[in-house]
Amino acid sequence: MRCGIFAVLVGIGPLLAAGAILAQDAPRLRGPEPFTKETPAPPMQRQITDDVRVGRNYPDQPPVIPHSIEGYAVDLNANKCMSCHARKFTEQSQAPMISVTHYQDRAGNTLGGLAPRRYVCVACHVPQTNAKPLVENVFTDMDAITEPERQPARGRQ
Amino acid sequence: MDVTRRTILKTQAAAAAATAAGISIPAEAQNIPTGEDIQLQWSKAPCRFCGTGCGVMVGVKDGRVVATHGDMQAEVNRGLNCVKGYFLSKIMYGADRLTQPLMRMKNGQYAKDGEFQPVSWDRAFDEMAAQWKRVLKEKGPESVGMFGSGQWTMWEGYAASKLMRAGFRSNNLDPNARHCMASAAVTFIRTFGMDEPMGCYDDFEHADAFVLWGSNMAEMHPILWTRVTDRRLSHPHVKIATLSTYEHRTTDLSDMSLIFKPNSDLAILNYIANYIIQNGAVNREFVEKHCNFRLANTDIGYGLRPDNVLEQRAQHANDAQVSHPASFEDYAKLMSQYTVEKASEISGVPKERLEALARIYADPQTKVMSLWTMGFNQHVRGVWANHMVYNLHLLTGKISEPGNSPFSLTGQPSACGTAREVGTFAHRLPADMQVANPEHRKHAEEIWKLPHGLLPGKVGYHAVQQDRMLKDGKLNAYWIMVNNNLQTAPNTNNETYPGYRNPANFVVVSDAYPTVTAMAADLILPAAMWVEKEGAYGNAERRTHFWHQLVNAPGEARSDLWQLMEFSKRFSTDEVWTKEILDAHPEYRGKSLFDVLFRNGNVDKFPLSEMDPTYENRESKEFGFYVQKGLFEEFAQFGAGHGHDYAPFDTYHQVRGMRWPVVNGQETRWRYREGYDPYVEKGSGVQFYGNPDKKANLIGAPYEPPAESPDAEYDMWLVTGRVLEHWHSGSMTLRVPELYKAFSGAVVFMHPDDAAKRGLRRGQEVKVVSRRGEIRSRIETRGRNRVPPGLIFVPFFDASQLINKVTLDATDPISKQTDFKKCAVKVVAVASADAGGQQ
Repeated sequence: MRCGIFAVLVGIGPLLAAGAILAQDAPRLRGPEPFTKETPAPPMQRQITDDVRVGRNYPDQPPVIPHSIEGYAVDLNANKCMSCHARKFTEQSQAPMISVTHYQDRAGNTLGGLAPRRYVCVACHVPQTNAKPLVENVFTDMDAITEPERQPARGRQ
Repeated sequence: MDVTRRTILKTQAAAAAATAAGISIPAEAQNIPTGEDIQLQWSKAPCRFCGTGCGVMVGVKDGRVVATHGDMQAEVNRGLNCVKGYFLSKIMYGADRLTQPLMRMKNGQYAKDGEFQPVSWDRAFDEMAAQWKRVLKEKGPESVGMFGSGQWTMWEGYAASKLMRAGFRSNNLDPNARHCMASAAVTFIRTFGMDEPMGCYDDFEHADAFVLWGSNMAEMHPILWTRVTDRRLSHPHVKIATLSTYEHRTTDLSDMSLIFKPNSDLAILNYIANYIIQNGAVNREFVEKHCNFRLANTDIGYGLRPDNVLEQRAQHANDAQVSHPASFEDYAKLMSQYTVEKASEISGVPKERLEALARIYADPQTKVMSLWTMGFNQHVRGVWANHMVYNLHLLTGKISEPGNSPFSLTGQPSACGTAREVGTFAHRLPADMQVANPEHRKHAEEIWKLPHGLLPGKVGYHAVQQDRMLKDGKLNAYWIMVNNNLQTAPNTNNETYPGYRNPANFVVVSDAYPTVTAMAADLILPAAMWVEKEGAYGNAERRTHFWHQLVNAPGEARSDLWQLMEFSKRFSTDEVWTKEILDAHPEYRGKSLFDVLFRNGNVDKFPLSEMDPTYENRESKEFGFYVQKGLFEEFAQFGAGHGHDYAPFDTYHQVRGMRWPVVNGQETRWRYREGYDPYVEKGSGVQFYGNPDKKANLIGAPYEPPAESPDAEYDMWLVTGRVLEHWHSGSMTLRVPELYKAFSGAVVFMHPDDAAKRGLRRGQEVKVVSRRGEIRSRIETRGRNRVPPGLIFVPFFDASQLINKVTLDATDPISKQTDFKKCAVKVVAVASADAGGQQ
């Protein structure tokens, strides 16, 4: 995300922090001003469904889901996610195979299929909407520390 | 070097990507860093969010957290985290972190109606101390108060308890855990004489059936849900039954879902007890040896203000907590009213499903784990609901052994450790001791090396009462730490906000971010969070776990521990203790509260040299002794030798937590059962030794209706709660872009028929209106939650849709915990004229 996309909240914003806040949605973080006022609800955000892979902030971050999962069953009878991401279906689906860690049980033994403890995909993998972040997050990617000279201008995630 | 076609392609791709990103890679350079460059310093910590207590490995480089992952060695989660846990790396890095104190000022002076201006810590504490002293002088100790949290580290809560009770001599200290699990905590004491579960998470791998009472574990305790689903999917005989007021991700994976009308869980629980009795499934021997029967006072009101007609009308609003000795027959007679027909009629659940559920409890061969959180606890009869589920386990003897486990889950990382074990409730001292008990107070005074008679015996204001007293001008100096009460308390427009802005009051908020609550304060103090300080949390299975300070807090932000201790330096005993106490104990005269509370020979016992030199520890370096160790070891004295034993401080920095009581270096997994619990005498089998007669109290109570139900005008039930991606009021998770984009704002989950009936379509803007207030939101008729007709669900994380303006401040009259799960509302379209924001 680029700093340029943020508009500075007038009033208390600059005093509270250097952090730039996207004005329209600021009440989501700090509430309406004054507290007793009712603010219009912003429109519901659209899901991102472009199927473009999103980079991870660090190796163990579960990748976010770049497609809609509306109506996907993850219940006792079926796991819709696995119909594309299971090892045997990835060739035809061209979807990424579930991580090898997902074959391991609690004790670290590798199983012949998806470990039951990993059955609920959406506990870790979440789709994204096109909502603009409410506030910049200045988390630093480890690569930016390792080799700052190689980082693109944004430097921050 | 053998250059293949593939490496050439990859090099070209890297160069192309670099060009596109506007960076140049020297031709001769290795295209990825290696060696020391990529070393990270990894340390363990518990997760910052819920009460599950997952272990996390935290990777630090150059003073910043750059990565986190599930700790493979942590028994709780064995390498897994939920999506929030996986994004812990980013929670500290919202760009609007508070980095200096901010005070409302006008013309260079503090002014209640002023604008926030940055001030120094000295200036902030000067004003705060002046306000505290003024209020104490004018009105005495009952006019100062503090609202803390189950997110305080254990030593922060402990220091706060000392400062409030022994320093300011006020028990007006309560944690936000009051809103969260007071019903569970109170019922543990009433039933077993000791707080916290007898079982532990190992029960997940031993149970044959899981019964979830009003708990959506798939979203709220996702990692414990992985252990339930692991068990269910790996062992086909295992069954999951979920009771709820609507369907959700947990019911998706349940064998049986029972959708009941709000509050009718009481009737279902009593029906199951009746079924057990009628079908000869009572474990007679267990009940005779280990249980007492009692019947509760009934018609106990709803914890509303005393002038409310519901309180005036209630027969036992003032002695709701009282119960009377009874026989098994008395209890059985009360239960006998709850036939399957009656339970089905009250709850709306089909008879066959109720019977199938009852069989799970009644079958002696089925090991049952009952699980609950807010569905039971945030309930106007929360204490009764907790009793009723223990009754089922006690009647059948299914308790205190692997797989047979009534298990109360917690929502905050140290709800157990800090709120309960340390005792930051208005009525409690450490190790389950009570402020109203003179012996307990005396014991505390001895451990704290303080004069006898110092500690006040009057129970302080609980959470909801604090808000009411702030509004009424009786509580005037108020410090809020690590919580966002203006977003999470009930009926905030009428009962919380007016107290914060009452000109008679001075309100201080310590937080890492500018929350709704902080914005309504008079002074904001910037707080260090999570791994910016050394900490200890206690999770839901009695596991105490520690972490080191791994990075520094930004700017002038300081831990709550530092804030509490530093503030104590500004008071002398002469200013806050009575003349009688000082006359009787002149050696305490003229000392600062810091001296008598924290330089007492206990807290300052351990030198800095005992710290692990690998890690920073800002507070200890500033105060000149190992504060955290001193506080913990002093606290541990309270429980040693009577069932609340902890391991030595240093042990906890080595292990992935241990479950108390820790006796001879061994943790205890199942309490009250011989062979597992060293406190149970040989040959006795089971002893509920928290009670003097070593028996558990089985307390019978009836079904009673909720405080408010839908009617012709307010025709819908409102249920509030959480979503997986956001934790509580969202002050951390909303600042992580990936989590915000996963659930970007609250919505009103509504049944499609209800929407159609009102002419509403998905995405349309609506008002949710109660007798107390309203919010504007958007209709959601699809998605993860499927509500029945007549009920809506609205999450509370979104500060632009403060659903707690709508909720009712009714509480359980015994535990004083708010019922956030049921009140009456109507949903109306926002007239197109004022429907802003349409795009």
